[in-house]
Amino acid sequence: MTAITAVAPRPKSRFLLDRPELVGPLFIAPAILYVLVLVALPFFLALYYSVSAYTIFDPNYRYVGLKNFTDVIESDIFRRTLINTLVFTIGAQVIGLLLGKFAAMLLMQDFPGRGIARALVVLPWAVPVSLATLAWQWMFDSLYSVINWTLVAVGLLDPVHRLQWLGQQDLAMIAVTVVHAWRLFPFGVVIFIAGFTSVPQDILDAATVDGAGFWRRNYQIILPIIAPIIMIALIFGTVFTFTDLSVVYLLTKGGPINGTQVLGSLAFQVGILSGDVAHGAVICLFLFPFLLVAVIVLLRALRRREI
Amino acid sequence: MAAVSTREIRKQFADVHAIDGISLVARDGEFMVLLGPSGCGKTTLLRIIAGLEKPTSGEVLIDGEVVNEMPPRARGIAMVFQSYGLYPHLTVWNNIAFPLRTQGTPREEIKRKVEWAAGLLGIDHLAQRRPRQLSGGERQRVALARALVRDPTVFLLDEPLSNLDAKLRASARSELKAFQQKVRTATIYVTHDQVEAMGMGDRIAVIDRGRLRQVGTPTEIYEHPADEFVATFLGTPPMNLIERDGGSLGFRPENFLPKDLLNGAPVVEFPFRVARVEYLGSEHILYGALDGRAAKREVTAKLPAHATLGGIAPGVERVFAVRETELRYFDRDGRKAQHP
Amino acid sequence: MIRLARRIAGEGSFYAAVIVLVTFAAFPFYWMLITAFKTDGDLYNLQSNPYWFNAEPTLEHLRYLFEDTLFVQWLWNTALIGLCVVAITLAVAVPAGYSLARTPGRSGENLGIGIFLTYLVPPTLLFLPLSRVVSELGLQDSLWSLVVVYPTFTIPFCTWLLMGFFKSVPREIEEAAIVDGCTVVGAFVKTVLPLSLPAILTVVIFAFTLTMQEFVYALTFISSSDEKPVTLGVATDLVRGDIFYWGELMAAALIASVPVAIAYNLFLDRFISGITGGAVK
Repeated sequence: MTAITAVAPRPKSRFLLDRPELVGPLFIAPAILYVLVLVALPFFLALYYSVSAYTIFDPNYRYVGLKNFTDVIESDIFRRTLINTLVFTIGAQVIGLLLGKFAAMLLMQDFPGRGIARALVVLPWAVPVSLATLAWQWMFDSLYSVINWTLVAVGLLDPVHRLQWLGQQDLAMIAVTVVHAWRLFPFGVVIFIAGFTSVPQDILDAATVDGAGFWRRNYQIILPIIAPIIMIALIFGTVFTFTDLSVVYLLTKGGPINGTQVLGSLAFQVGILSGDVAHGAVICLFLFPFLLVAVIVLLRALRRREI
Repeated sequence: MAAVSTREIRKQFADVHAIDGISLVARDGEFMVLLGPSGCGKTTLLRIIAGLEKPTSGEVLIDGEVVNEMPPRARGIAMVFQSYGLYPHLTVWNNIAFPLRTQGTPREEIKRKVEWAAGLLGIDHLAQRRPRQLSGGERQRVALARALVRDPTVFLLDEPLSNLDAKLRASARSELKAFQQKVRTATIYVTHDQVEAMGMGDRIAVIDRGRLRQVGTPTEIYEHPADEFVATFLGTPPMNLIERDGGSLGFRPENFLPKDLLNGAPVVEFPFRVARVEYLGSEHILYGALDGRAAKREVTAKLPAHATLGGIAPGVERVFAVRETELRYFDRDGRKAQHP
Repeated sequence: MIRLARRIAGEGSFYAAVIVLVTFAAFPFYWMLITAFKTDGDLYNLQSNPYWFNAEPTLEHLRYLFEDTLFVQWLWNTALIGLCVVAITLAVAVPAGYSLARTPGRSGENLGIGIFLTYLVPPTLLFLPLSRVVSELGLQDSLWSLVVVYPTFTIPFCTWLLMGFFKSVPREIEEAAIVDGCTVVGAFVKTVLPLSLPAILTVVIFAFTLTMQEFVYALTFISSSDEKPVTLGVATDLVRGDIFYWGELMAAALIASVPVAIAYNLFLDRFISGITGGAVK
């Protein structure tokens, strides 16, 4: 009979890194910390400021209840801003995604130069917002706009009555919408191509054999199947446009006379440039309910992605 | 009367001849199986008949009419795909109704036909479900109902049983065959599984590397293979082939028995040295070699369970024999030859 | 004959449509390119055809950009910020993604979605309070403020990407390593990480391009010219009063855009796969 030596129990700390219950939370802690400190905290801070009279000139915290909210809602500029934000968002989605779908269908055909075409089509979305917007700003320039030059050369425009793309209210609205749509449409192209190629060939063949022509196949079979993916694209696109600040700020600075302000640029104007943090925070917060809706719809679409 | 016939169909992809001149006829009411290994071109041929692909040359005729220029929906065909191709976002009812809707059929007639097809396949109770809620067998029936409702001249089936698990396959097989016999529509069925082919086909077309090797009833193909490929493709274990005068001599394992079991008819003897014995319950499979005869593979013998092994074991040599009538001869090109 | 004509018309309109779309997408870049090399005299001349050079192309704008402005400084700033942000992102997102991928049950998936959703919280919502936080931290007007803040959007997205990737690595490999004597962490480092290089590379590229693209936080936190990243510097500093130095502006925009454009083209498919939650490959 061999003697069984008593073994001293090993200290628990030796197996620390072996225990998934510890390692798991440990690994994820930094990410959660980051999100809490730099996303959740500022959000609550925004709420905090929105019910105060905090400005950088007078940084005493004074509770003023919902006064700031009423100030903002009653302001004409704000109403204009809200409308603009919606107009740009909806306009850009419609134009951008329709163009994207159309372009996707073209780019799915095999033709010489398709690779180059695809790379070029992706550019508007790939390039940093500010730089792309600068190029458009130059293209819309009050004197040297290449668009105006072309219209004049073709005879559609009178050189004396040059279009002030960024100086005239309605033209500026069009200009901003066009830039947004232009930035968005490559995103649409890629999403639609990805969606179209995800439909199993068998289903497409079955539809062909069943007598569905091109349009019926597209609208009754393919689109309903890729609807969740389109939904996700729509959410992202809408959020990008709705919360934009860069395009408007660089193109028109919100002008002419606050005519193209959007929530983002107005918040910047009020909160940073004018130093009125409290009112600025209120404007920022108006983004929140919209985001909440977007998030809920996105979650639903993510859940449904496997039919 | 030919429901479908193909004349010298060729299909070329770059340098590859996927199909190299196949002419085939499937008659009215017949269950024709296209059998061959993966990549032999059988699915391509089916898709050409359906109109989903165009042949490089050759003609397809359906009901006597050349249909090369017609789209699938005008050809009078219906197709069931390997993964069924059911529309995931439509209910079973709407899946079946879809082909009728594309033809602009009036509502009452759609209702009548869908109910008839669903009834025939026993899936009425599933009408409001979506495909993802159905089992594999149920999905197959929906796919068949959708095909049936078009009242086609010919059914085209592309390996519809391969996505079912093994147990289900046998019952699905007999259901399919019974279904076809009830509706009496010409059917072309693609598979690589010879058991399916033998069990279901009225006639089998054996295809290899784009060429038609033999067309015939299961009996013709099994008992009188036109070449070595057909001979070895059908039958498990495959036919034994031993070299002889530049060509080959063939006999099936179930015909290769100990001499003392073959009384009566004239036989040819082979001394057989057993290397390995497999007991499969219903039969014994013996693997070994023939003394003095070269063969490409191990020679096999298949003994039914009730035949006693009588001392046959690895290492033992015994005289085995084959009835002369069961011998098959192949020339140096591998084709069937007469007994010299 | 009619068939042929119809075919030609069909193909013709197809190519026409493609050309129109590609022109719409790429024209501003052509515009950037040609503006960067045109002399001022050619540029600011209403009579000349803007579509092509009317005088000799010049490198003057490039020279001015590199010698007389802080452009090079801005490029360095961006590179520095990018590097640091990528490092932070990797350090945080890799373990987080792994942890979420290996957490059993729905809680892992839900937490992952939760973190991913913070990607949707826009800078325009947070920039105001964050500017207060930044100044409290004393990072006002320093590019380090961006190094601290940028990971708030790179981490969520990269964690989500990595989570999806790690899920696809079979557990058997780690289990084999554990049986062979590794700790859980050790198994991760020795078996999973080496297999993850493509995913990690994708994360690096994305984090870098997301950083390069950002504008709002930079605009808000930084006012000193030499602290600015290139996207901000080009937009704000190449203007004297009301005069835009378009030649320099376009040259700068072009140079700063090229690396990002190339990177995006190479990694587009993964980005889409990430966003759609892997539903689309």
